[in-house]
Amino acid sequence: MIETPDLSWAALAPMLFVFVAASVGVLVEAFAPRDARHPAQVGLALAGTVGAFVATLFLAGTPDEVTAVGALAVDGPALFLQAMIAGFGALSVLLFAERSLDPARSAFVVSAAVPAGSPRDRELTTVPRVQTEVYPLALFAIGGMMLFVAANDLLVMFVALEVLSLPLYLLSGMARRRRLLSQEAAVKYFLLGAFASAFFLYGLALVYGATGSVRLSVVREAVTADGGGVLLVLGLGLLIVGLLFKASVAPFHSWTPDVYQGAPTPVTAFMAACTKVAAFGAILRLLYVAFGAAEWTWRPLIYAAAIASMVVGAVLGLTQTDLKRMLAYSSVAHAGFLLTGVIGLGAGGEGSGLSATMFYLLTYGLTTLGAFAVLTLVRDGDGEASHLSQWAGLAARSPLTAAVMTLFMLALAGIPLTAGFTGKFAVFRAAIEEGAWPLVLVALLASAVAAFFYLRVIVLMYFSEPVAGGPTVGVPGLPTTLVLAVTATATLALGILPGAVLDLAEQAAIFVG
Amino acid sequence: MTDIPWLVLMIAVPAVGAAVVAALPRARDLLAKQVTLGVSLLVLLLAVLATVAFDPDGDRFQLTTSVSWIPDFGAEFALGADGIALVMLLLIGVLVPLVVTASWHEADASPRPPRVFFAWLLLLEAMMVGVFAATDILLFYVFFEAMLVPMYFLIGSFGGPRRQYAAVKFFVYSLVGGLIMLAAVIGLYVVSTSQLGEGTFAFDALRQLDIDPDVQKLLFLGFFIAFAIKAPLVPFHTWLPDSGAEAPIGGSVLLVGVLDKVGTFGFLRYCLPLFPDASRFFAPFVLVLAVAGILYAALLAMGQSDMKRLVSYTSISHFGFIALGIFAFTTEAATGAVLYMVNHGIATGLLFLVVGMLIARGGSRQIGDYGGVAATAPKLAGAFLIAGLASLALPGTNSFVSEFLVLIGSFPERPVFTILATLGIILAALYVLLMYQRTMHGPPRGMPLADVHGGDPTPEADPARGGASAATATVTAPAPVRDGSRFADLSRRELAVVAPLIALIIGLGVYPQPLLELIEPAVVATLGDMGVSGGTDR
Repeated sequence: MIETPDLSWAALAPMLFVFVAASVGVLVEAFAPRDARHPAQVGLALAGTVGAFVATLFLAGTPDEVTAVGALAVDGPALFLQAMIAGFGALSVLLFAERSLDPARSAFVVSAAVPAGSPRDRELTTVPRVQTEVYPLALFAIGGMMLFVAANDLLVMFVALEVLSLPLYLLSGMARRRRLLSQEAAVKYFLLGAFASAFFLYGLALVYGATGSVRLSVVREAVTADGGGVLLVLGLGLLIVGLLFKASVAPFHSWTPDVYQGAPTPVTAFMAACTKVAAFGAILRLLYVAFGAAEWTWRPLIYAAAIASMVVGAVLGLTQTDLKRMLAYSSVAHAGFLLTGVIGLGAGGEGSGLSATMFYLLTYGLTTLGAFAVLTLVRDGDGEASHLSQWAGLAARSPLTAAVMTLFMLALAGIPLTAGFTGKFAVFRAAIEEGAWPLVLVALLASAVAAFFYLRVIVLMYFSEPVAGGPTVGVPGLPTTLVLAVTATATLALGILPGAVLDLAEQAAIFVG
Repeated sequence: MTDIPWLVLMIAVPAVGAAVVAALPRARDLLAKQVTLGVSLLVLLLAVLATVAFDPDGDRFQLTTSVSWIPDFGAEFALGADGIALVMLLLIGVLVPLVVTASWHEADASPRPPRVFFAWLLLLEAMMVGVFAATDILLFYVFFEAMLVPMYFLIGSFGGPRRQYAAVKFFVYSLVGGLIMLAAVIGLYVVSTSQLGEGTFAFDALRQLDIDPDVQKLLFLGFFIAFAIKAPLVPFHTWLPDSGAEAPIGGSVLLVGVLDKVGTFGFLRYCLPLFPDASRFFAPFVLVLAVAGILYAALLAMGQSDMKRLVSYTSISHFGFIALGIFAFTTEAATGAVLYMVNHGIATGLLFLVVGMLIARGGSRQIGDYGGVAATAPKLAGAFLIAGLASLALPGTNSFVSEFLVLIGSFPERPVFTILATLGIILAALYVLLMYQRTMHGPPRGMPLADVHGGDPTPEADPARGGASAATATVTAPAPVRDGSRFADLSRRELAVVAPLIALIIGLGVYPQPLLELIEPAVVATLGDMGVSGGTDR
C-alpha cells in the first residue's frame, strides 16, 4: 500500500490559492461565453493573488515547517518572498487588465496564432476583443515562482523553474503592437531560457552524483562532511548559472534588453518585479541552505558576477535610447546590487545579508513596477512611446505623470527619502559588515554612473522643450491608477519611514532546513 | 521655551509651506509668492527665537529632539544645534526671505509656473535646515543628498541658457561625493558596531570612538572628498562656476551662500572630531589645496567676462580661506572660519543679488556689456560697491573681522601658508574693483531693457538686438527691447532686499561680538575633541 505523503495544507495555502485560480481560469477560458471571460478572469486572477497574499500574512509568525516529504520549506524567507510575489503579481494583473489606454482596449494581441502582418491580423488589430488567456498563464507563472522560493529540493526547484518560465515565454510574445518584435523576444527568451534550464538540470545531476540526494539539507551535510568535492563544486556552478540567467545577472543577461523591449509592457513589469524576486529567492536558498557551510565555493563566483552585472548594467544603460531597454539594463545593474546583499551573509548564517536582500527586492520591485506602469501611459499612434526623445518636455504636458516618473527615477538612482536609498543602504551595510569593501566601492561607483541615465529622463521631461507631434499621455483607468498610487506611496513610505518593514524582513530572515 | 522643538518646526514649516505653494491653483501665482514670503519670514522668526532659547555657555548641543527612526539601522531622527550650526541656521533664516523678495519677478519670464520655483525654494530651505541641525550622521547624509533635488530643479527649470548641462553637472558631482561619503558613513557604523557592541549613527556616540589610524585615514578621505566637492576646494571645484552662472539668481545666492557651506561645516563638525589623527595627517595636503584654491580661483576670477561666473570664482577663493582657518587647528582660526562662513553668505549673497539686479536691467551677464551705470543708477552702484568691498574684506565690513581672525589664528601654526594666503587679499581687491570700475564707471555702455519698474523685464521680441556677445549671453528668454532710456535705479522692492544685508555687513563689521560668543564655545568643544586646548586671548 502506498502511504499518502504528509502534506500541511495550511502551509501550502498561498500556493494553492494561485494554482486553483489558474486551473479554474483554464476552465473559464474553455467554457465561459466570450463576453463574460474578461471580468471573470480578472476577478479570478485578483482573487488568487490577493488570496495568496492574505494567506501569507496569516501564516507569518507560525512555526516554520518542512512539508510534502521534505520537498517544501515554508519558513520566514519563503513567506516573505511569496507575499512579495503575490503582491507584485496582483499589481501586474491590474496592469494587464487596463482597458482604457489602448484604443483597441488591451495591450495583448487578440489571437497570437495569426501570423503578424497577415490580412487577418490587420483585421483583428481594430477589433475590440480582448485576449484573456494571459490571466491563467500569469497565474501559473506566479504559482511557479511561489513554489520556486519555497523549494527545499533541487528537483522541485527545477519543476518550479519550468512552471514559471514556460508561461513567461508565451506572455512575452503576445504584444498587440509591434508583434514581430514581441515574437522575436519570445523566441530569444525561450531559446536562451531552455539553455539555462539545461545548465540547471546538469548541475542538479552532478550534485546528485556527488551527494546521492537532491534534498538541500542532505547536500548541506555532504558539503559539511567532505568540504565539497570537484563534482559538487562543478554542480553548484552550473546550478548558479541557471539561476543567474533568470535573475538577469551579467554575463547571463543578454536576453534581458530584447525581451524587456519586445514584451508587452505589463508583462515586462511583471517579469522585472516578480521573476527577480523568485530568482533571488532561489539563489538565497540554494547558497545559504545547501552551500552555506562551504562559502568558498560560491563567494568568488557571486563576487565576480556582482561586479560584472553592476558595471555592465550601468555602463550599457548609458547608451540606451529606448526607455524599456534602459530599464532593462537598470534591472541588470540592480541584480548586481542585489548580489552585493547576497555576499553580506556571514559563514554562520549571521549578518544582515538575507534580510537586506529581501528588503531590496521589495523596494526594487515596487519602483520598477511603477516605472513600467508610467511607461504604459505615454503613447503615440503606434502604441507606447518608449523612445527617450519622445519624452522631451513631458512635464509641461502632464505634470503629474512627470512627477510620478521622477519619483521612480530618483528611487532607482537611490536618492535618500525614497525606497531605493533604504534598500541600497541595507545591502551595502550587509556587505561591508562582511568585509566586502571593494565590492561596495564598485557598487557606489556603478550607482553614480547609473544615476546619470535616470537623471537624463528627468532632464528630458522637465528641462527640455516639448517636441511637436510628441506623444499623448493617456488617462489611466482605475487599475493603472491603483498600481501607480500603491507603488508611489510605498516608494515614498519605504524611503521616509522604513522601520516597520525592515523589522519584518529582519524577523523573517531565518531559513529552515 | 526650551521645550518647544524649534529645529523640528524650522524643518516642518517650510516643508509644509512648499506643499501648500505647490498645490495652489495655476492662477494664484501672487498668492504663492506671498505665502512663500510669509513662510520664510516665519522661519526667520523661529531661528531668532531658537537663538534666544540657546544658552551659549550651556551644553554643546541644545534644542535637541530625538525620535527613533530606523531602529534596524540604529538611526535616529536626532536634531540639535551647537553655536556653529545655529549661526548657519540664522544665515538661512535671513537669506531666504531676501531671496524670495529678490526673485519676485524672476520666474515670471520662464515658461514654467512661478509657484513651482517658490515651492522648490521652500523645500530647499527645509533640507538646508535639516542638514545643519542633524546630529545623527545617517540623517545628515539623507538631508545632504536630498538637498540636491530641489537645487537640481531650480537650476534645471529656471536657469540660464546652459541650465541642463549645469544642473546635471551639479547633481552628478555632488552625488559622486555623497556616495563616497556613504561608504565612509557605513564604515563608521561598522566600527561603532565592533567597539560599542551596537551600531549607531549618533554623533555624540561616534566621537567617543577610538578608531585605528589607518582606518581613520580611509574614513576621513570618504568624508573629505564629499565635503571638498561641496565646499568646493580646487581641484573639485569645476562644477561651481557652471552652476553658479546658470542658476537663477536666488538659486545662486543659496547655492554659494548656504549649500556650499555644508562642505566647510562638515570639515569642522565631522572630519576633525571623528578622525583627529587623520585630520592631522592630511592637514598639510588640505592646506595646499586651500591656498592653491585661494590664489588660483582669484586669478581665474580676474579673467572672467561673465559676472556670475566671476562671483562664483571669488567664492571658491573664499572657501580656501575657510578651509585654511579650519585646518590650522587653532581656536582663533576656526572661530574666524565659522564667522567667515556667515559673513561670506551675507557679502557674496549681496554681491550675487546686486549682479542679478544689474542683469535684470541689462539682459546680459557680460561685464563688457555695461559701463557708466553709476551715473544713472547711483543706489545700485552704491550697493554694488559695498558688496564688493565686503567681498574683499575691507576693514569696517564684516568680512574683515573673519578674514583677519583666520589669518592671525593660522599664522603661529602655519606661517608659510598664511603668508601665501594673504596674497589672495590683493587679488581680491583687483577682481572686485576691476569689475566695479568696468561696469559702473567709464563711458555709458549697454542699453537697459525697456522696463524701468525695478528691473522686471517684459518679454517682447526686438530684432534690433542681434549683437553676437549680447545674444549669447541673454538671460531672459526672448530678445529684450532696448529703448535707449537709462538704467533705472533700485526699486523699493530691491531696496528692501539690499538694505538688510548692507546693515548686516556694517553692523557685523563693527560689532561681531554676539556671533563670536555663539561660535566660540562650539569651536572650543570641536577642537577639544581632537585634543587642541581651547584657550584664547581674543
